[in-house]
Amino acid sequence: MKPRRSIWTFLGSIEGLPVVGVLLLLYAAFLITAPTVFSRPLIYMSFLQTVPPWLILALGLTLVITAGEIDLSFPAVVALSGFVFAWMFKNVHSPWAPWLGVVLALAAGALVGFTNGLLIARIGVPSIMATLAAQFFWYGITILIANGLQLDIGAVEKTAVHEVFTGRIAGILPAQAVWAGGLAVVLWFILNRHTFGEAIMFIGDNANVARVMGINVERTKILLFTLMGVISAFGGLLLTIEINVFFPNQGQGFMLWTMAAVFIGGTLISGGKGSVVGSFFGAYIIGSLQAGVVATGVTSYWVQSIMGLIIIVAVVINVLMGEGRLGAASARIRHWILPARAKGAARDGMER
Amino acid sequence: MKNPKKKKTETRPPEGYALEMIGIEKYFGSVCALEDVNLRVGRNEIVGLIGDNGAGKSTLVKVLTGVFPPTSGELYIAGRKVDLRSYNVKQAHALGIETVYQDKSLGEKQPLWRNFFIGREICYPLGFINVKKEKEIAAEIMVHTIGFRGVGITVDSNVTKLSGGERQGVAIGRAMHFEAELIILDEPTVALSLKEVRKVLDFVHKIKDAGKACIYISHNLADVYEISDRFVVMDRGKIVADKPKRAISLKALDDFMLEYAHGRKDEVAI
Repeated sequence: MKPRRSIWTFLGSIEGLPVVGVLLLLYAAFLITAPTVFSRPLIYMSFLQTVPPWLILALGLTLVITAGEIDLSFPAVVALSGFVFAWMFKNVHSPWAPWLGVVLALAAGALVGFTNGLLIARIGVPSIMATLAAQFFWYGITILIANGLQLDIGAVEKTAVHEVFTGRIAGILPAQAVWAGGLAVVLWFILNRHTFGEAIMFIGDNANVARVMGINVERTKILLFTLMGVISAFGGLLLTIEINVFFPNQGQGFMLWTMAAVFIGGTLISGGKGSVVGSFFGAYIIGSLQAGVVATGVTSYWVQSIMGLIIIVAVVINVLMGEGRLGAASARIRHWILPARAKGAARDGMER
Repeated sequence: MKNPKKKKTETRPPEGYALEMIGIEKYFGSVCALEDVNLRVGRNEIVGLIGDNGAGKSTLVKVLTGVFPPTSGELYIAGRKVDLRSYNVKQAHALGIETVYQDKSLGEKQPLWRNFFIGREICYPLGFINVKKEKEIAAEIMVHTIGFRGVGITVDSNVTKLSGGERQGVAIGRAMHFEAELIILDEPTVALSLKEVRKVLDFVHKIKDAGKACIYISHNLADVYEISDRFVVMDRGKIVADKPKRAISLKALDDFMLEYAHGRKDEVAI
């Protein structure tokens, strides 16, 4: 049979489209239920300010999950990198201290990611265990060296670092949103157009295939986890600089949100296929829910249930589109609506 | 280790072999997987490699393709000595050795064009992939080398859409495109329907027609017999028989394998 390129196959070929659709539907629903809040730009500006730190984590995690691995250590890296920056800022008195802090924070993230990578690729520890242990270890280390205390770095607001990473471009657009967008573009190209990304996809698909086709699986994994460490540290930096304070358990709420964003975005948990675009918009869906639901006036106790519902809807759409079953589903719906015309087709359907 | 201290790629007089293995041995710990294996494959010869499970066929292939090094022995590819300490899959590819595994040659969730070029991407500077070029060449291979025409499969199709025989066709086509001098087929017809097996055998005939060499590993003697010029039988890590096709009939080969399986090998002679 000749394959028919239906409108659904075409729509399914656009990366991240279902997620963008869900996001727009969500905003439409908020516009109707809470028009006073959602018809003004302020709420959107606030999303652009609060979502980027962990949106960046979701972008990195997308690559890790595409490789068929998982990283549970990134919340600890958010804390560690925030501490490294804050400590440098408070204790080193030099105009270069904030920049040095940024570099050292990223290096700390690289160190965590690199050790994860060594354990996983060289020794063969499953990534879920290696990174779970790493999360406890690095949170512990951070709390230990920080003496369990938060660090107030209010003075950071007057520095160029603050301006570059979390300033307001043209007075309105939060710089961190631009950083997150830029990183998404870079990571999209790395995953979809670079040999490193292709290696990630083949490793997630089937590591044996990757190996016999000459991909250095171990090296790729070590590099991938190191990259994830650096990206996590960058997310932690943006968070710490934005809120002007380091607190030892920062990042702890990010774990499930980040994963939800990745899976809403259509990245396969089994590995082999990942969507940077999907994770990007998935993060905005998750990030908009809390404020959005509260703004509609219902009690905030609803937030979690609605979040669960939206995750399920998005994932179901992804599954149907991914398998090309949405066209079949829409055909069946048409048969229900027009039963007379569809008798012959309905008989075909019954043979299933 | 008996590893000779001579420099790599030392040339030998051309003997017309695509591949020569001399005294190859492989131990996993104290377990001997390959024992004194000597194997030669001519430049346009199809060798059927036969043996029961655990005979050492797969280990031999992995040594040959650089997945892991042998414990000792010498390997010559196209008459040139290979330095086994630095030998790996990429180098095997560069020397013209390609392997088609029964189920691990293709990434299932990836489009065909990526599968053609995985590990050997056509790149712009900095390692970014030239997608347009790769797709063009992949389309070319599909039509001209493999002969996929009008079956609704494009270079953007995922491997999951292909039948088992078509998958082997893609892997063989890929090997031929990259100018493989020796193509190793590791159980390419396992779990395929008769019609699909036919397709695979036709692909193997194309290898012969293209003047290349091939090692064909299979349990199915009828398949092996049809396409091979010579048969090599392995048992418990050793080569126990090496016969050209004209010296043995399918019936005799079949009887030999059966007798072997029943452990009466000492009484059998071919």
